[in-house]
Amino acid sequence: MTNGIKKERVLPGFGPTLGYTVFYLSLIVLIPLSALVIKTTGLTWRAFLAAVASPQVVASYRVTFGSAFIAAMINAVFGTLTAWVLVRYEFPCKRLIDALVDLPFALPTAVTGITLATVYSENGWMGSLLEPLGIKVAYTPLGIIVAMTTIGLPFVVRTLQPVIEAIEAETEEASACLGANRLQTFYRVLLPVMMPSILTGFALAFARAVGEYGSVIFIAGNMPMVSEITSLLIVTKLEQFDYSGATAIALVMLTASFAMLLAINMLQRWSRKYAQ
Amino acid sequence: MKASGQKTSGRNQGRSPHIDGKISQLIKSFTLTVLIGLSIMLSPLISASSDTVPLLNVSYDPTRELYQDYNKAFAGYWEAKTHRIVEPRQSHGGSGKQARSVIDGLEADVVTLALAYDIDEIQEKGLIQPGWQKRLPNNSAPYTSTIIFLVRKGNPKEIKDWKDLVKPGVSVITPNPKTSGGARWNYLAAWGYALKENGGDESKAREFVGQLFKNVPVLDSGARGSTTTFVQRGMGDVLLAWENEAYLAINELGKDKFEVVTPSMSILAEPTVAVVDKYVDKHGTREIAEAYLSYLYSDEGQRIVARHYYRPVSKDAATGFKLPELKLFTIEEQFGGWQKAHKTHFVDGGTFDQIYSK
Amino acid sequence: MTNSQYKRRENLTEPVPVQWILAILAILFLGLFLFLPLAAVFSQALAKGFGPYFEALGNPDALAAIRLTLITAAVSVPLNLVFGLAAAWAITKFDFRGKNLLVTMIDLPFSVSPVISGLIFVLIFGLQGWMGPWLNEHSFKIVFAVPGIILATIFVTFPFVARELIPLMEAQGREEEEAALVLGASGLQTFFRVTLPGIREGLVYGVILCNARAMGEFGAVSVVSGHIRGLTNTLPLHVEILYNEYDFTAAFAVASLLAMLALATLAVKSLTQWKRARRPSIEFEEALVR
Repeated sequence: MTNGIKKERVLPGFGPTLGYTVFYLSLIVLIPLSALVIKTTGLTWRAFLAAVASPQVVASYRVTFGSAFIAAMINAVFGTLTAWVLVRYEFPCKRLIDALVDLPFALPTAVTGITLATVYSENGWMGSLLEPLGIKVAYTPLGIIVAMTTIGLPFVVRTLQPVIEAIEAETEEASACLGANRLQTFYRVLLPVMMPSILTGFALAFARAVGEYGSVIFIAGNMPMVSEITSLLIVTKLEQFDYSGATAIALVMLTASFAMLLAINMLQRWSRKYAQ
Repeated sequence: MKASGQKTSGRNQGRSPHIDGKISQLIKSFTLTVLIGLSIMLSPLISASSDTVPLLNVSYDPTRELYQDYNKAFAGYWEAKTHRIVEPRQSHGGSGKQARSVIDGLEADVVTLALAYDIDEIQEKGLIQPGWQKRLPNNSAPYTSTIIFLVRKGNPKEIKDWKDLVKPGVSVITPNPKTSGGARWNYLAAWGYALKENGGDESKAREFVGQLFKNVPVLDSGARGSTTTFVQRGMGDVLLAWENEAYLAINELGKDKFEVVTPSMSILAEPTVAVVDKYVDKHGTREIAEAYLSYLYSDEGQRIVARHYYRPVSKDAATGFKLPELKLFTIEEQFGGWQKAHKTHFVDGGTFDQIYSK
Repeated sequence: MTNSQYKRRENLTEPVPVQWILAILAILFLGLFLFLPLAAVFSQALAKGFGPYFEALGNPDALAAIRLTLITAAVSVPLNLVFGLAAAWAITKFDFRGKNLLVTMIDLPFSVSPVISGLIFVLIFGLQGWMGPWLNEHSFKIVFAVPGIILATIFVTFPFVARELIPLMEAQGREEEEAALVLGASGLQTFFRVTLPGIREGLVYGVILCNARAMGEFGAVSVVSGHIRGLTNTLPLHVEILYNEYDFTAAFAVASLLAMLALATLAVKSLTQWKRARRPSIEFEEALVR
C-alpha cells in the first residue's frame, strides 16, 4: 500500500470508480447501518452490557460463532474439492450439478430450514438412517451446523471456480516440466493461486452463517443455552418491543464479524505480497 | 472419467468490435424490462383506486382461515347494504411482529391481534385512541379461545390433564413463549393450573412449569412451526395449542392420526380487535372499518367464528359447533392483567428465562 | 480422451483413481447438503400430482408474488452489477490507503442478520424512524411497500458481484490493461476489450449468485414487507404463507419454482461459455491493432 504513491497511475478511471464505490457503499450500507449504532447509543452502558453480556446471550454467541466456524471450515475443504472437480473433470450430469450449487441462495432460507428438518429429523430420509447409529441431527446443535453449511455452500465453490478456470495451463506444464509430481504442483503452484479465493469464500461463508436466521430456527431446536442462536435472541428482544436491546446485540455480532473479515482480508493481502 | 482440456488462457479470447453494440443492446433490453416491470407493478394500484375500497386487516397467525371466510361474507354484506365494493386485504404474522409493523408504518385500517397487550403498544404510540377496549362489546373481543392438548391417536401416554404433562418420559411440544404469542398463553395456562391446584402457591407453580419445560425437546419460534414439528416430524407426545388450531390441524392434517384432549381447566384467551384511528382517518375508511369490526358480533359473524372453532361471545350462534365445556380462568383474575403477566414471566430474566438459567 | 493423449498429460492431472475418489467425495458432500433437500422439495411439491402443483403456481396471489420478485431482482441486480464493476476496478487496479477497510465494508451485509438488515430500513423510514414522519406527510411509502422490499434486497445482495470479481481481477494483475493503453486504446476500450473478456466467467457467476439471492431472500424482506397478500408478498414470503396454512404441496410447489431458477442459470451460463468458445481469439489482436 505504501509504495502505491510512488508508482504512477497508468490506468484511468480511479477517481470515478472509487468515488462511485464509496458513494454507493455509503448510501446502501453505511448510512443504514449507522441507524444501528445510533439506536444503540440510546442505551446506558449498564443497559448495553445487560443486553449483550447476559449468560443466555453469551451462550448464544458460543453456539453461533462456533457452529459458523465449523460450517465454514467444512465448506472451505469440501468447497475447494467441489470447485476443482467441477472445473477439471468430466462426468455425467456435471452441468446439472454445477447449476445446483447456487440452490442454497435461490431457495428461501425458511424452505431450506424446513426441508433440512424434514430430511434430517428422526422420521426423515437421512434421520432414520442416522438414528440407529445414535446420531441426532435435527433439533440438536449438529442441526445448526448442517443448516449453516448448506447456506454457505455456494461461496467457496463460486469464488474458486473462475480462479481455477483462469489458471493457465502453462503454469502447470512448467511445473511438470521442472520435474514436480502432481501433488507437488498442487501444493506449490496451484494452492498458492487458489488460497486467496478459498480464504475469501471461507470468510463469506462464515459471515453469512453468523447472521443466518431463517434456515437455522427450523432445525435447531432453539433450546436456551444449548441450541439458541444469537439472531433468535434479537427476535425475542424485538418481540418485547425492545429495539435498542436488539440493535445492541446486532452491533456486537456485526463488530465481531467485521473484525474477522478485516483480519482475513489483511491476511490475504499480506500472503499475496509475501508470495510475490 | 477423463480430464477435460484446460483452457489455454482465460483471457485471450478477445472481443470483436460488436461487443459495444451488444452492450448497448443489453442496456436497451434492461431498460425495457424495467419499464415493463414498473407498469405491471403499478397496474394493481391503478385498478384498486377506482370503485373498490381497500381495507387492510392486520392480524396474527391462526386467524388466516377465519378471515378468509369472514372477508367474503363482509364484502357481500357491505355491497348489499351500501352498494359499494370493499376489498379486504389480509396480513398475517406473529402478533408482536404485526403490532410492530403497524407502529412502524404498516397502514392497517383494523388490527385483530392475539393479545390486548399488543394493541396497547400501538395505542401508546398514538395510533389508536386510549380506551379502545371499551369501544366494542366484551372488551373488544368478538371471540375467545383457550389452550388445549393435541395427542396422537389412541392417546398412548394417557394424557388427560395438565398434571400428566410433567410425568417423566412425556415429551411436550410448545413454541417459545418469548417469540410466540400463542406460547405465552400455553405458559400462563400451565402456571394458572398449578396455582389453582396448589392454592395459589407461586413457588409450586414455578416448579411445575419448570418441570413441564424440562419435557420440551424443541422450542419453535411460532405456533404453526410447533404444529408442524408435532404433526409432520413426529416429535413429541402432546402439543399445546390454541383450541381452534388443534381442530384445524386435525381437519387439515389427519383425523385418523390425532385427537384433541380438553383438560379440566385452562386459560380464557381473548384476542382483541380495534380500528386504527390514525390510518382510517388518513384513508377515509373509518365508517367501513367500524362496520367491519361490529359485523364480527352479528349473528352471521359469530357463526363464521364458531365454524372456525373459536368460541363465539353470543351463545346461540354456537349451535351445531359445540366445543367441550371446561373451567376457564382469565388473565386478570390469575395474573392481574397482561402488562403484569408480561413483566413477571416473559421479560429478559423473568420466570421463563429462570427455568433455563439454573 | 484416448489413452495415449492421457499419457502425455499425466503430470498435468491427477491419476484416474484419485479423480474418481475426489469426484465421489464432492458429489457425496453435495448430496448430503444439496441434493437430498432438493429432492425433498420436489417430492413434497409433487406429492399430490401435477394438477395441484400447477394450480398452486397459477393462483393469483402466487402470480402477484412472482411479478414482485421479478421486479425486485430486475432493479437490484443491475445496480449491484454496476457497483461491483466499479468497486472491483478501483480496488484491484490501483493502490490506496484503507483498501482492506473498504473491501471489508463491502462484505458487511453478509454478516448482518437478515432480521437486522430489514430492521435498519424500518428504523430509518418507519413511522417512528428518522424520515418516517416526513415521508408520511408527503404520502411516500418506503417500508411496507415495494421500495422497501427493493432496498432490503439491494442491501442483502450488495457484495456479490464485487466479491466475485475482486479476487479474479487481483489474480490477473494490471499488465495487460497497461499494455493496451500504451498501444493507444482508450480507457473504455481497454475495459471492454481487455478486462471484460477475462472476467466474464466471474461476472456471470457474480450476477447469477446475486440474482439467486435477490429472488430467494426471506428474512430481510419479511421485516419490511408487511405481508399484504397479493400486494407486498414476494415468492419466499408466499411460500411461508402457504406453509403456515398447512398447504405444504403448494408451498413446496412455489419453492420448487425458486429452485428451478437455479437451474435456469445453467442455461445462461452454458450459453455464454458456448458463445465464447466459438469466437476466434485473433479478434483480440485485431482489435488492439486498430
